[in-house]
Amino acid sequence: MSFFLEVLTGGLLAGVMYSLVAIGFVLIYKASGVFNFAQGSMVLFAALTFVSLVERGVSFWGAFVLTLLTMAVLAWLIEWLVLRPLVNRSPITLFMATLGLSYIVEGLAQAVWGAQVHALEIGINDEPYEVFGILLSQFDLFAAAIAGGLVALLGVLFNKTRIGIALRAVADDQLAALAVGIHLQRLWLIVWAVAGFVGLVAGMLWGARVGVQFSLSLIVLKALPVLIIGGFTSIEGAIVGGLIVGASEKLAEVFIGPLIGGGIENWFPYVLAMLFLLVRPYGLFGDKAIERV
Amino acid sequence: MLYKEAGQFITEYRLDKRFFRLKQERWAFAALLAFAYLVVPAIGNDYWFSAILIPVLVLSLAGLGLNLLTGYAGQLSLGSAAFMAVGAFATYNFHLRIEGLPLIASLILGGLTAGGVGLVFGLPSLRIKGFYLIVATLAAQFFVQWVFTTFSWFSNNSSSGVITAPPLQILGTDLSTPAGRYLLTLTVVVALGWLAKTIVSGELGRKWMAVRDMDTAAAVIGISVPKTKLLAFAISSFYLGIAGALWAFTYLGTVEPHGFDLSRSFQILFIIIIGGMGSILGNFLGAAFIVLFPILLSNLTTSLLAGAIDPGQLENFQKMIFGALIIFFLIKEPNGLAKVWQTVKQRLRVWPLRF
Repeated sequence: MSFFLEVLTGGLLAGVMYSLVAIGFVLIYKASGVFNFAQGSMVLFAALTFVSLVERGVSFWGAFVLTLLTMAVLAWLIEWLVLRPLVNRSPITLFMATLGLSYIVEGLAQAVWGAQVHALEIGINDEPYEVFGILLSQFDLFAAAIAGGLVALLGVLFNKTRIGIALRAVADDQLAALAVGIHLQRLWLIVWAVAGFVGLVAGMLWGARVGVQFSLSLIVLKALPVLIIGGFTSIEGAIVGGLIVGASEKLAEVFIGPLIGGGIENWFPYVLAMLFLLVRPYGLFGDKAIERV
Repeated sequence: MLYKEAGQFITEYRLDKRFFRLKQERWAFAALLAFAYLVVPAIGNDYWFSAILIPVLVLSLAGLGLNLLTGYAGQLSLGSAAFMAVGAFATYNFHLRIEGLPLIASLILGGLTAGGVGLVFGLPSLRIKGFYLIVATLAAQFFVQWVFTTFSWFSNNSSSGVITAPPLQILGTDLSTPAGRYLLTLTVVVALGWLAKTIVSGELGRKWMAVRDMDTAAAVIGISVPKTKLLAFAISSFYLGIAGALWAFTYLGTVEPHGFDLSRSFQILFIIIIGGMGSILGNFLGAAFIVLFPILLSNLTTSLLAGAIDPGQLENFQKMIFGALIIFFLIKEPNGLAKVWQTVKQRLRVWPLRF
């Protein structure tokens, strides 16, 4: 029983990390209707920039701020070069553009900072705690706390500030938002920059755990089923989805994996998401689309 | 006027429905086929066959498969490589396990198997649409790759999951020379290309386009949307399966499951973006572009910069250029190279005037 609980909590805490990447997605999808496949590359880019700056002797907070500025510049470039010319095009076109974007960002990150694996030390030692006979990784708890703080921060940003109200207006109806004088392009810029910030936090946490390397950009593939289960438009959904995916994939790997050959972590979340969709086609917290001819 | 259609009158529906309505187009196509069948095998060398012509043809076929699904029926898929893998492994197994089955028969059976698997992974499309469907195709991508790496039965108990090509013999003729493999690939691609053209210009193609443009409206005018979507998945996967088998057997001669990973799916998606969504010709242009462009790029950098850039860095630049090209095409020419070709034809038609 305690082994089961240990696997479960381990999975839940890993799920928090997926949620972090998924939140970046949700922000962008809500504000600009873009299904941003490049979020994973942005995580890689941010983490690689941060770790390379630290390795070159910049202090922790200095590197953090510099990376944030870089992500803001990246957001501005994306808004200017990709989103603006593609305004009013079909969502599938925008999605494919972000596929291209992910290639550019990945290539750029590695061209500038190199492709080797960097170790990232953010000052958390990974000694397990024992709580009620269950071993909990200290690092995972820390990550969960960070994620919780981030969500609270985003909650304040989106519920209490003018920007947040504008964002919700845009998510509701872009044209109406434009009509009441919301500066759409500035808002996109802010949202992409905030997504870059979320990407940096996610990248730092992931990077501290597995090293900053190319595989960070593949987290996007873990975040997809999270979004599908939670629904594209809800931050709560991203968190609940992340927990479901994290817990179920670890449980499946440990308890079902050995029966059918192991290594099922790759596809299990997808099959789970698919089954989920057959019951609830718009995800747990997603908006139901009403179609008319 | 270099290219005119004046004086070519169409008086019967039968003539109106031909693939090439203009005499010039028919002649040009016949000349192209004659060139591909008669001249190319005589003048081509091994490098051209093995490194350029065969991969271009195979990737065109794969692009065609995805284009039927995405370009015509409007269902976005990121799992093309999975169906290629199914085709390759199924063809291999049919050939291995059924004594004396002709190569063409195992190829068709392999394609049909891929079609069946595609149908299964297309089932969620009845209930979910748009981006949510990506998850089903990605599930196919990861699941299929896992199956072929985990269960060695599919690769005849080879420990690393590698399969090797069966002897390429058709009606007693040995086709394992580069020219032979080229001719086999070309024949399959021409036959399936013709079939695809027939499908998309016929009733089924119209239904696909109706579903793509607005499925609710299509349902209202009496099109059975589930049947249409599932047929798109099945036929698209059939094409991808055949392409996968050709990729394994006539191009590489050997393949491992890893050869059909997600980046292959992206490559095929890029072919149809660059070539042109909803165009048969576009697949060939896109595939040629995607095979030739990296070769051109690396030749250029080695000749201009004489190896000043190291290969890893070159790969990064290649990635960035590809990404930029995708975005450029989406912004400037959403209908791809096929549209460029249309524009050229129009220019030739009115030459020397501009409009």
